[in-house]
Amino acid sequence: MAMMPSGSGGRIELPENVVVSRLDALANWCRKNSLWPMPFATACCGIELMATGAAKHDLARFGAEVFRFSPRQCDLMIVAGRVVMKMLPVLQRIWQQMHEPKWCISMGACASTGGVFDTYAVVQGIDRFIPVDMYVPGCPPRPEQLIQAIIDLQDKIQREGTITGREFDTAGRQLRKRALVEIAGPVTIDASRNPVLQRELAAAAEAITSGS
Amino acid sequence: MPFTPPSIDDVLAGLTERFGSLDTSVSRGQTRVVVPADQSFDALAWLKERGFDLLVDVTCVDYLEYRDATHRYGLVYLLASTTTNQRLTVRVFVDDPDPTVRSVVPLWAGANWLEREVWDMFGIRFTGHPDLRRLMMPDEFTAHPLRKDYPLQGRGERHNFPVITREHS
Repeated sequence: MAMMPSGSGGRIELPENVVVSRLDALANWCRKNSLWPMPFATACCGIELMATGAAKHDLARFGAEVFRFSPRQCDLMIVAGRVVMKMLPVLQRIWQQMHEPKWCISMGACASTGGVFDTYAVVQGIDRFIPVDMYVPGCPPRPEQLIQAIIDLQDKIQREGTITGREFDTAGRQLRKRALVEIAGPVTIDASRNPVLQRELAAAAEAITSGS
Repeated sequence: MPFTPPSIDDVLAGLTERFGSLDTSVSRGQTRVVVPADQSFDALAWLKERGFDLLVDVTCVDYLEYRDATHRYGLVYLLASTTTNQRLTVRVFVDDPDPTVRSVVPLWAGANWLEREVWDMFGIRFTGHPDLRRLMMPDEFTAHPLRKDYPLQGRGERHNFPVITREHS
């Protein structure tokens, strides 16, 4: 403000190619236009998800065409289809493996509510067990509906978030995450049915005995 | 002289001669024979030797509260002959508290997963099965969900998971 030229009534004349904004808005603009989806497609919604990414509907127009099959490279989990109770621990693990910032779209009636599958095996809505940002109704939804959900999610991303990522509270969250692992206990693997593990365990045991 | 395969009546006559009087019926051209549970393996082995070399399916029906039912579980073995193109349904009835039949995996390796599925869904124990684990439900699941006394919506198993919130993820 000290540089403000006198006599201009407090207004600054900017060149045409200069945009004034906040760094937070810049970060959100970058994030919302480079959503990399994690396709968690288990049913017919997955077909519509593929159609959304294909040439006709062209999800690339919204910067979200880079489907990655590793959760560590993704920002947006799209759960497309019913999730059975045997699959839910897998879904939760994949969600926890994704890096912040991350979002989740629950695509279709089954992922959102269990749909018509009100049976012992089907989870009645993934939002009971993982956080969900957008719900897409439909059975299955049209690609246009999924695109609208991504546009709405982009608006949401633009409104939230900071360039420092302080809302993610990374250190504190990591502590709580570790506590969750401690509650769940270490992963136990039954090696008796896995020949590869058996070989590795035998090799390790041999290395220990020959070394000592 | 062209090869004439033994008719299904001949097969049933031979089966009756070997295993005693058996309940048989024909419905819409499909022949069904009921075999006692303790002789099911021998009867199926006998049928396999007589040309019913293909085990199409092993499944089960729970007759709890079924009209005029005399047994709780009815196993279904669907057999077919790849040479004579005949089909035969073998029924084996078992009851609580310990429904058990002998595994047919020694006869047909393809019965392995079929019997695992019947064990998982109905709780029929197959003695001599090499690997009788659950096929579909998680290992820690305790019920057999296709039994008629199991509620359709379960006993809360599908809600029994930790909740991951935004704070935890």
